Amino acid sequence: MRVTKVLLALLLTLWVGSAVAAEKEMKVGFIYVSPVGDAGYSYSHDVGRQAVAKMPGVTTSYVEAVPEGPDSERVMQNMARKDFDIIFATSFGYMDSMVKVAKQFPKTVFLHCSGFKMAENMGNYFGRIYQARYLSGIVAGAMTKSNTIGYVAAFPIPEVIRGINAFTLGVRSVNPKATVRVVWTKTWYDPATEKEAGKSLLDVGADVIAQHQDSPGPQEAAEEKGVYSVGYNTDMAKFAPKAHLTAPVWNWGVYYTKVVDAVRKGTWKPEAAWPGMVDGIVDLAPFGPMVPKELQDKVNAEKAKIIAGQQKIFVGPIKDQSGAVKVAAGVLMTDPELLGFTWFVEGVIGNTQ
Amino acid sequence: MTGEIVIALLAATVQSGTPILFATLGEIFTEKSGVLNLGVEGVMILGALAGFVVARQTGNPTLGFFAAGLVGSLATAIHGMVCLWFCGNQVVSGLALTILGTGLANYLGTTFIGTAAPGFTPFAVPLLSAIPVIGQIFFQHDPLVYVSYLIPPVMWLFFARTRFGLGLRAAGEYPAAATAAGLNVRAYRWLGIVGGGFFMGLGGAYLSLAYTHLWTSSLTAGRGWIAVALVIFAFWRPGRAVFGAYLFGGIMALQLRLQASGTQLPSSILLMLPYVLTVIVLVLSSWRKRTSDEPASLGVNIAPAD
Repeated sequence: MRVTKVLLALLLTLWVGSAVAAEKEMKVGFIYVSPVGDAGYSYSHDVGRQAVAKMPGVTTSYVEAVPEGPDSERVMQNMARKDFDIIFATSFGYMDSMVKVAKQFPKTVFLHCSGFKMAENMGNYFGRIYQARYLSGIVAGAMTKSNTIGYVAAFPIPEVIRGINAFTLGVRSVNPKATVRVVWTKTWYDPATEKEAGKSLLDVGADVIAQHQDSPGPQEAAEEKGVYSVGYNTDMAKFAPKAHLTAPVWNWGVYYTKVVDAVRKGTWKPEAAWPGMVDGIVDLAPFGPMVPKELQDKVNAEKAKIIAGQQKIFVGPIKDQSGAVKVAAGVLMTDPELLGFTWFVEGVIGNTQ
Repeated sequence: MTGEIVIALLAATVQSGTPILFATLGEIFTEKSGVLNLGVEGVMILGALAGFVVARQTGNPTLGFFAAGLVGSLATAIHGMVCLWFCGNQVVSGLALTILGTGLANYLGTTFIGTAAPGFTPFAVPLLSAIPVIGQIFFQHDPLVYVSYLIPPVMWLFFARTRFGLGLRAAGEYPAAATAAGLNVRAYRWLGIVGGGFFMGLGGAYLSLAYTHLWTSSLTAGRGWIAVALVIFAFWRPGRAVFGAYLFGGIMALQLRLQASGTQLPSSILLMLPYVLTVIVLVLSSWRKRTSDEPASLGVNIAPAD
């Protein structure tokens, strides 16, 4: 009796052990457009990578500061040749290279961030960061005294325009008199220019500075002037402890671990994933101490509504800058419309060129 | 635009002109000795990195500032070796220095991107800053801006009134005659190269220690090249360099403020302005070449020592 028990236990262990051994170590690669550093866009992806690295039976590696174009193609081929199971490329400009490489290595799963192309073994993904931007807009709208909010923005592409619009809708939901002034820098990471852009907005009377840039330059401008700021990507409070109200932040790990799981189970299919706050991929950084409790509660209530699907943000009536109604009352903008945003909503001062 | 915005614009002009001013003065110093150094961009970025790293490790931005100057001198010493020891082509060596500098700074600086370091913060000069308008424009900056005010007059005095200054100019005007007069032309050219590199390094450090307190591999963003063009615009005179640097600083500050004030001009056009100005400046200054103080032997190597 006893012997059978021991034997059974032994058999069970062997079986489980062999099952684990059969499940081979997964290799997951990441490609970043800028150095990881300790703040910003690539850093936020790397935090996601670290979450994947903690999964049992998975090893990860990354290549940082990979220029978009032919260089990225080589990096992807290299990873695929080394039998990586999944490759995440985290910048828009990697898209066409990835399509090419995906064709050459049909056994590898390719995932491209912020693009729109797909293949049998390639999907794309991004997060609905605009939901967090809307919430940060509420904070900015409530905290401004001059009713002028500055927004330092990178490039006039739909992703950025959508963010500015969501932010402005948030601002105007609590403060219909406030306007959002936009300055384009045409850079993603140029601290000097981005800080100067922030200062130029302060000079025209802005008392809250928001940004769609990867460097904390605009945060510094607000900190030095003694006004408020809204960060981006990751919690930027350490660069502007007195100014930083909050920031729309990324939490890529939620998505990355899910994809790795799906690939391992064999359930992964190419798709265009656009998860949102409900999935936890985007969030709001902790509020600064200057944000009053009532406002925090209000924003949190609004956040709960977004998660519950009751607040979809881009619901008509939405007017454009000239005051003409672009989206009729009660109409919800479709995802393709959101992905192709080329116009500003009412309340934005600036142009999309 | 209201008066207040104009004053803010002019104050921003001084600040964004300062890194260019340091670099332009450095290049004037080098070219006066007869050596052309097109490596300004690379030297600046190395200076920016050195300043940032030293300030970060020691917690002392002043130390970082001087370290940037030293690294600038060290980097240009490579140019000195090529041009003065091996009689290499000055244009090629300078371009190589730019490529080397940007590449090296990128390689060494990757781990520091996105990190914070202590830096200089604005400090209003007592009394002077209280002067209406002038005080607001010129005397409410960080200490490095005040340092940059001192360099042009000192450099002018050096060139016009000191033995060393005259010797350095002689090395750039007519090295053969200078040698005949018993001057060590090679030593003067070394001084020009290494001394100029010091200022270029300071210009880079201004970007990473005062203008922002951040480091990134593209921090200089072409300012070194603008400095090279400004030397021609300034007719190799330190005083005019101030004017030129502020003109460029002004146009950089202006285009962002035009956007902020809600202009309907496309931002792409506005962002072109500094570079359009560079071209215009070069065309205009080549028309008035006769009034220029261009060293006669600029870019001409001296024969190697026996």
